[in-house]
Amino acid sequence: MNYLDLIQILDSSIRLATPLLFACLAGLFSERAGVFDIGLEGKILISAFFSAAVAALTGSVWLGLLAGIASSMVFSMIHGLASITFRGDQLISGVAINFLAAGMTVLIAQDWFSQGGRTPQLSGGARFSPIELPFAEALSGVPFIGPLYADALSGHTILVYVGLLTVPLTWYVLFRTRFGLRLRAVGENPGAVDTAGVSVVRLRYAAVAICGVLCGLSGSFLATGLAASFTQNMSAGRGYIALAALIFAKWRPWYALGACLLFGLLQAISNRYSSIDLVLFEIPNAFVLALPYILTVVILAGFVGKAVPPRAGGQPYVKER
Amino acid sequence: MTAPAIELKGISKSFGPVQANKDIAIRVMPGTIHGIIGENGAGKSTLMSILYGFYKADKGEIFIRGERTEIPDSQAAIRAGIGMVFQHFKLVQNFTVLENIVLGAEDGALLKGSLSKARTLLKQLSEEYELHVDPDAKIEDLGVGMQQRVEILKALYRRADILILDEPTGVLTPAEADHLFRILEGLKREGKTIILITHKLREIMETTDTVSVMRRGEMTATVKTAETTPQELAELMVGREVLLRVDKQAATPGETVLNVENLQVVDGSGVERLRGISLNVKRGEILGICGVAGNGQSELLEVLGGMRPGKGRVTVNGQELDLTGAESDARTRRRRGIAHVPEDRQEEGLIMDFFAWENVAFGYHDDARYQRGVMMNNDAIREDAEAKIAKFDVRPANCWLKAKNFSGGNQQKIVIARELERNPDLLLVGQPTRGVDIGAIEFIHEQIVALRDAGKAVLLVSVELDEILSLSDRIAVIFDGRIMGERLPSETDERELGLLMAGITDTDKDHSVDEIEENLAHATGKAG
Repeated sequence: MNYLDLIQILDSSIRLATPLLFACLAGLFSERAGVFDIGLEGKILISAFFSAAVAALTGSVWLGLLAGIASSMVFSMIHGLASITFRGDQLISGVAINFLAAGMTVLIAQDWFSQGGRTPQLSGGARFSPIELPFAEALSGVPFIGPLYADALSGHTILVYVGLLTVPLTWYVLFRTRFGLRLRAVGENPGAVDTAGVSVVRLRYAAVAICGVLCGLSGSFLATGLAASFTQNMSAGRGYIALAALIFAKWRPWYALGACLLFGLLQAISNRYSSIDLVLFEIPNAFVLALPYILTVVILAGFVGKAVPPRAGGQPYVKER
Repeated sequence: MTAPAIELKGISKSFGPVQANKDIAIRVMPGTIHGIIGENGAGKSTLMSILYGFYKADKGEIFIRGERTEIPDSQAAIRAGIGMVFQHFKLVQNFTVLENIVLGAEDGALLKGSLSKARTLLKQLSEEYELHVDPDAKIEDLGVGMQQRVEILKALYRRADILILDEPTGVLTPAEADHLFRILEGLKREGKTIILITHKLREIMETTDTVSVMRRGEMTATVKTAETTPQELAELMVGREVLLRVDKQAATPGETVLNVENLQVVDGSGVERLRGISLNVKRGEILGICGVAGNGQSELLEVLGGMRPGKGRVTVNGQELDLTGAESDARTRRRRGIAHVPEDRQEEGLIMDFFAWENVAFGYHDDARYQRGVMMNNDAIREDAEAKIAKFDVRPANCWLKAKNFSGGNQQKIVIARELERNPDLLLVGQPTRGVDIGAIEFIHEQIVALRDAGKAVLLVSVELDEILSLSDRIAVIFDGRIMGERLPSETDERELGLLMAGITDTDKDHSVDEIEENLAHATGKAG
């Protein structure tokens, strides 16, 4: 493996990490507010479909993006309604959303496009195109740093950069604003927020709405940035991996970036190499492909130290007497 | 004449068929401490929740400083200058003191300005009312007394001039409680109005100017504290004459039943809960264990009751108990003549969704007389349950009612009936009267003393010092997993026990509240 290979792997790591990152931050907002969301997967999927479908129909990727976000928001609100307003079980509501998205997307795709549950291939203005970062050309000649900047960091679609910027933004909102303070409080002790005269319901809905927007971005990037169409179940467990990354990151934005990049890297490696030759023995292809998922299991099994979730997570808030 | 700080007229509130508040009228004058006393379920908390905007009254009017005020939510209550210190603190555990105080009362969308302004104001408030706390400490690192101060500061920061405290001393040592009352006196001098909700008569007598008594949702009387007696208040609360002190003869201890030597317990997360405890209980004797919750007394009961493994040597009637192996379960303990009334009746003593008769059989359901071949003989169990329910005066006397449909006192009677009727050699009993009304307390205490008089050994764990002092024949104080000392109830008092409970053994000297706080936070910090 030479330096150029490394650059290419890094380049695709960043690209593959982006949908995870959006979903992970989506989960972060929701769970920090005390609403567990196993339905990230379903929201990514529904957004991927509507982004691709609307982009294909209108030829505009931006309209596709809006449609993706809107559909994800609708699902978010269903989750909010079930778990905040009606105080239902958040796990069940999330699972229902995943099933609904998995079935609905294929059904509508077949009805609209008759291509076996896919959307047509997107091209031109119906896809996000790469953006050259300033001076990428000029710096590409510089040894070592040049290719890193020009090939790994530059040349992604706009959503990749939006994703990277969302990390400091999330940090700022959570830890430096009034909204963030209240959001974190409502996930830890909603009683404290309620008795302080702030609406628990409104805060949780706000968090769930942000979660919807970010899942929308994730799905939209998946179908119009990473791929060029919607295919059946294209989210491929990313929602769950994002949840694992969230636990790995201990519900913190910067750690979330690190965790998602790690998962992205593993995916990049498994995409690039069918098998890894370690001289003495060879890691078989199936194992390499399974790496991100194996890591997920390892993380969820708690091999990464103690992660304390928000204390009031998963519990509907009921005023006590 | 000045307008009352708070006046309620004709407040009524029902939850389904239960009328929690019935036509309540009350006037609280500004600059006074007004006590509200009543048994559990008398409607005190409901009334205060209405005042704090948690519930909307079905009927009635609220006047604040003479003006009619609607309080649809907590925001409105805060605007009206009402602050509330809840029994269970409403603090975010992993936030700093400052963040907790600012929460909900921020100045703008960004935190920076709010926090620095709050820091200045907090400093002023701390000095004015002698409520010292470190603004940058995390709540989870503070002891309960300190957390309570944060709650009071929170209310003051929101410019509350009417402060409601709901059972504020439940979690405090006597010294901390005294300190709290000094703070309340100070607030009163500054012209604040204070409403103190409690079920402890002593607190009412010592601190309040006027007192209102509630019973079954009604306000039965409002009197000047100086013109009443604890006996009169107790009768107003219960509606009949009650015995405030336990009526018992001196103990005549016989041979040792329980002997514990160097008992150690390490919990699931590797924290040492008991650090080598030795004690003994004799026939015809009640040994009371007192201590601030979380200092190892729960673990002691659990090890002896067979619910948790331990290390050390424990004998009952001279026979050693298995503390870790196959014979260390609760069932074997019961066969060895140990009965256990656990601290938390709802979690460990009962199955709330099961009928009373099923609950009466639990733990003894494999008794030969409850069997009919491979089936259970439910008729026999029910017959037995009915007899016990009648004997222990469980109300309503209906064994087809689920455990959750009984009041706290009657739930406890079910547990006590089950354990005492087995005629155990040793009774382990934890918090026998927590959340139990005065009438039932009297009854339960009588039963425990009767068991002692029948020549049985009783190990009593309670956080209520009054209970420990009046029931025990000997008192052992536990702190941070160790026994700090044993005392005879006739030769000690609340002050001395309070200091021992904070790990201070030189009880002759004076000790500041801060020292006590420090010690307790240290101990619970290690334990938590």
